[in-house]
Amino acid sequence: MPPDRNDLITLRPEGLYCPAADVYIDPWRPVPRALITHAHSDHARAGHAHYLASLEGERVLRARLGDISLQTMDWGESLTLGDARISLHPAGHVLGSSQVRIEVGGEVWVASGDYKLEADVTCTPFEPVRAHTFITESTFGLPIYRWQAQGVLFDGLNAWWRGNAESGRTSVVFAYAFGKAQRILAGVDASIGPLVCHGAVEALNRAYRASGVRLPDTLQVAQTDASSLARALVIAPPSAQGSPWMKRFGDYADCFASGWMQVRGARRRRAVDRGLVMSDHADWPGLMQAIAGTGAQRVIVTHGHIEPMVRWLREQGLDAGAFRTEFGGEEDVAAGDAS
Amino acid sequence: MKRFAALYAELDSSTSTRSRVRAMRDYFREADAGDAAWAVYVLSGGKTRQAVPTRVLKETGARVAGLPDWLFEECYQAVGDLAETLALVLPPPDAPTDMPLHRWMDRLGELRGTPAEQRADGLRQAWRELDVAPRFLFNKLITGALRVGVSRLLVTRALAEVSGLPAETIAQRLVGYLAADPVAAGLDAARFHALVAPGGCGETGLQPYPFFLAQPLQGDPTAQLGDATDWLAEWKWDGIRGQLVRRGEQAALWSRGEELVSERFPELMDAASWLPAGCVLDGEILAWQDGAALPFARLQTRITRKQLSRRLLESVPVAFMAYDLLEQDGADIRTLPQAERRRRLQALLAPLAHPRLPLSPVLRGDWSALATLRASARERGVEGLMLKRNDAPYGTGRVKLDARGQWWKWKVDPYSVDAVLIYAQRGHGRRAGLFSDYTFAVWSGEAGERSLVPFAKAYSGLTDAEMRQVDAFIRANTLERFGPVCAVRPELVFELGFEGIQPSPRHKSGIAVRFPRMLRWRQDKPAAEADTLHALRQLIKRD
Repeated sequence: MPPDRNDLITLRPEGLYCPAADVYIDPWRPVPRALITHAHSDHARAGHAHYLASLEGERVLRARLGDISLQTMDWGESLTLGDARISLHPAGHVLGSSQVRIEVGGEVWVASGDYKLEADVTCTPFEPVRAHTFITESTFGLPIYRWQAQGVLFDGLNAWWRGNAESGRTSVVFAYAFGKAQRILAGVDASIGPLVCHGAVEALNRAYRASGVRLPDTLQVAQTDASSLARALVIAPPSAQGSPWMKRFGDYADCFASGWMQVRGARRRRAVDRGLVMSDHADWPGLMQAIAGTGAQRVIVTHGHIEPMVRWLREQGLDAGAFRTEFGGEEDVAAGDAS
Repeated sequence: MKRFAALYAELDSSTSTRSRVRAMRDYFREADAGDAAWAVYVLSGGKTRQAVPTRVLKETGARVAGLPDWLFEECYQAVGDLAETLALVLPPPDAPTDMPLHRWMDRLGELRGTPAEQRADGLRQAWRELDVAPRFLFNKLITGALRVGVSRLLVTRALAEVSGLPAETIAQRLVGYLAADPVAAGLDAARFHALVAPGGCGETGLQPYPFFLAQPLQGDPTAQLGDATDWLAEWKWDGIRGQLVRRGEQAALWSRGEELVSERFPELMDAASWLPAGCVLDGEILAWQDGAALPFARLQTRITRKQLSRRLLESVPVAFMAYDLLEQDGADIRTLPQAERRRRLQALLAPLAHPRLPLSPVLRGDWSALATLRASARERGVEGLMLKRNDAPYGTGRVKLDARGQWWKWKVDPYSVDAVLIYAQRGHGRRAGLFSDYTFAVWSGEAGERSLVPFAKAYSGLTDAEMRQVDAFIRANTLERFGPVCAVRPELVFELGFEGIQPSPRHKSGIAVRFPRMLRWRQDKPAAEADTLHALRQLIKRD
């Protein structure tokens, strides 16, 4: 979209930039001051001089980026930077995920990072924030993406796990190690059997627990004997699929947890027994509800299904445009690797 | 329908053959026989005539979902399957019912019979009654084909378990079961009961045997197949595989799709009347003139033309090139060794010397002599050699046997050319959402003002990992979009293989190639070094 010199957020080669506050939001190149919406690697990169992020996400951010110069803000707490008043509001995507509210002279912009509207006990739920301009993601920005209610989803997962456990087969769920994995841990019926986590998942579990999120007890493979392994639910990152690490489970049943599993072709490409349609991103109705909830007349669409979202929003009478960011990336759509 | 949807979900989510067979067996046991009759049909890959035109499906679906046509189309492109797209975007059912599968098949039939403008109403009503999973199946059945990744062989095994009959008997019964138009044949409980009823072989009218299919032989046969004298070698004919069945006073000609093609080849039916009763030949239908095969394209006109005019019959004469005998004097002789069946075939046909029933000649020699013959295949108008073990019985379908039991097709190496990927489109099924369907071009014109001319489309030959890489390249290098087709920066070069090449005035390039596919990705080659149209034309001269 054509830049307007009154725009509170513009697109620069380094990333989304707020001139009034001289701060970048989730920049992809090193900058002096970076506001980080959440700790996923496409949003939180190493190499910036100073970081600003939510208090809730501090530990996971440090777990990922190590020793950084970090200033944290509590939900709704406001900070004045230059001419701008800045505050963070929960985005409901993963632990610590924020929407950034920027106000300059009565004009309000909200940049959402990644978000979902559905309840998730592992992070503070999404909070609608009124804005004149809303910057939204569009990872699942097509009407084919409509998530089932969470209860139905976990009932299905529990039934699958119980069935496998009864026939002595290990159940393996491939899920993104940060966010998705913890949401599954917190949501399944832990009485069915032991919960075993891959090392990559356990590292994040520690950061979650240290942040005060209640997760059921988890084991690592080395601590588990064969007979309990046969009844276990194993949570591993997608990269573990097909790796030697899997050999120890013998004849296991597997499942891939991702929003992309909504489409049968993507499920079949994954070559797992089962696709669990679970995402930490908003589905199509969620995106529309979030946009409507801000009351924004102008919407800027980033990463995902940009073109159809923009066209659709324009047909709904909104002033819609796009920012070409380096978040997420369309390649994920095909590979179905994240989210 | 819910029970059938549950079966479908089980089949779709399972990657193990054993559990698929078990799931089908349980379904056939529990389900209403009227439902089972239809389930057998659709699971085996049987097709139903499209009940509602695609255009009406799309328009009605978009309207009911409250989406503009362009957005519906975007969804379809992302999903790669119309039935699934509809199932995903439609609102939840507000008048749910649970009618059995066969009732829904009846309703499909009724839908087919209503005037076009009223079909939309029938559709809307059906969608109001069906939840996402059954709705997907219903939509699949409307569009004519339900591909589940279950082969007919697995259905056969499940039915064999249900009935306690040998799989061969079921396979033989299924041939006729699937060949008939399901509506005309009246698929009902009685038909299902007949399918699994006790009884032996040979009860079956004019039905053929399941075809034994060959596996491609890669590389040198010496190491893999042992002594050449243990093998029966023949030409691999480039025609239509068929079985000529003669029982009682009647005869039938079946093609490999197990489709009855008798009426397409009246002269072969006439020839069959010379055969003794209770005899089944396996062989190849060929366009045949003066003791030599004509190109496959000529034979195709006999299949595609609606009317078999006398002129067509005269201009494309045919023959049945026999190479195996499956039944003699009414007895199934498939378990006899290949050499014995061959001997009997020869003894049967030689005295007849019918010009339309030639005997596929046996090729003799050691492997190197056979390799020389294979190299001459192209100029002889055949596809290569067939190798059949002398002491092996006649198998079923495409079963993987050990090398000794197998029929091997030892095809001549394909033509190959290095071509540039210029257009891409998203695939279907397992490749839904991925750019997997490509158009390739070669260089045309003089140096300095060369341009790329498209000449072939190809979908197969890449590994999943390669395809993901190419997909990522296409996403990052799309120059322009024409609806679903993306024009791609012409940088990637692939070696394409194909079986034949002919001049074609209907193609921009002036040539048409047969069975093009990707042999490998030439990551070592820049686009400028891809082949030229001139080089392709040279191949025609050689052909």
